[in-house]
Amino acid sequence: MTSETMAVEHGRQNLNRLLKWWTGLVLALVAWGIAYSQLVPFSEYVTSLLPVARDGHTGEAIAFFFYDVPKVMMLLALIVFVMGVIRSWFSPEKTRAILSGKREGVGNVMSASLGILTPFCSCSAVPLFIGFVSAGVPLGVTFSFLIAAPMVNEVALVLLFGLVGWQVALTYLTFGLGIAIVAGWVIGRFQLENWLQDWVRDIHRGAAVQAAVAVDRLDHVDRLKFGIEAVREIFGKVWIWIVIGIGIGAVIHGYFPEALMTRIMGADAWWSVPAAVLIGIPMYTNAAGVIPIVEALLGKGAAVGTVLAFMMSVIALSLPEMIILRQVLTLRLIAVFVGVVGSGILAVGFLFNLMF
Amino acid sequence: MKSVKVYGPGCKRCETAEAMIKEAAAKLGIDVEVEKVTDPKSIAMAGVMSTPGISIEGKLVHTGGLPKEDALEKWLQG
Repeated sequence: MTSETMAVEHGRQNLNRLLKWWTGLVLALVAWGIAYSQLVPFSEYVTSLLPVARDGHTGEAIAFFFYDVPKVMMLLALIVFVMGVIRSWFSPEKTRAILSGKREGVGNVMSASLGILTPFCSCSAVPLFIGFVSAGVPLGVTFSFLIAAPMVNEVALVLLFGLVGWQVALTYLTFGLGIAIVAGWVIGRFQLENWLQDWVRDIHRGAAVQAAVAVDRLDHVDRLKFGIEAVREIFGKVWIWIVIGIGIGAVIHGYFPEALMTRIMGADAWWSVPAAVLIGIPMYTNAAGVIPIVEALLGKGAAVGTVLAFMMSVIALSLPEMIILRQVLTLRLIAVFVGVVGSGILAVGFLFNLMF
Repeated sequence: MKSVKVYGPGCKRCETAEAMIKEAAAKLGIDVEVEKVTDPKSIAMAGVMSTPGISIEGKLVHTGGLPKEDALEKWLQG
């Protein structure tokens, strides 16, 4: 075989591969759409198989469970896949290059937005923090990233959208970003570089910035594979939380007395917002577990602001993450972080209870 | 004997990366010594921001997520 025919052969194989993947993708989307349109009949059918009265408490709870679980799983699969593909264009290294030397203000806005798009795992929060700071990303801008990345994530947004509605999802996105931007900016204003751990302060500028790793060239198929990998990983982590969360939500739906809920989490109980934030801090579950419960609480008359504050506190102010960050931040700086972010969440909670 | 370092705080993917390296090395018949770096300070100072990171003979070749198998073989041979 001459090199020319080999090249042609290689090109054809590549084309076949692309074609195969795109056809598969389109077929999968069509199957997804058909399955999604059958969710209600499916849950009614499953409920009718069980020996319970459809319109009793138990029947209500079961129908709710078998409608919500598959619905949320399907929405999650689709969005996590799309986000996985989008994230294949981003990396912490690129984000750092964009943010390094950015002024505060603009930097905080960009940082919070990139926090949503950059692949991030709380297990590498420390190396990321040092990588940012030593590359000249201002401290406050780094914080905007670290607040937005876990708080505004696709799992939370999908669950809010699927279970509560797009209005609350959009509100969460907007105010989550808002808190990350403002809190990062405020922390930057305080000029707390001295409150980093000593060893972090001593790192010379640029010391932790190595020559960029040669990046693998990715083609379309690689990016689609990224998406599939993301779905597999997220599902492995959250499916059990979704099932438990929706299970508890279903019980609340079917049995919890509405009057009691309105009294303890209604808009008139002003203390419920700070209480919700405080309770949320030591609670460590991801968005997948808390949102189904949130939805059920809302349905029983809990106030939107209180519930939003609770959710943001659970997701953004988590004890395990603070323990991880303790390696680079002094306790004083962690206290400022919790104080500033907590105040932001409180403000959002009160604002919403006033508005709605 | 090639010295390979895997940077990561001990998450699941870091362990998978280590296993992949050993497997690829065995397949190619290359002698490797794999060291796991779990201390966040050392991870950061090596220039790794997303884990797992992999360095071979002191040169950082990969960061973030699992490496591709064929790329891994190329690095080990190089």
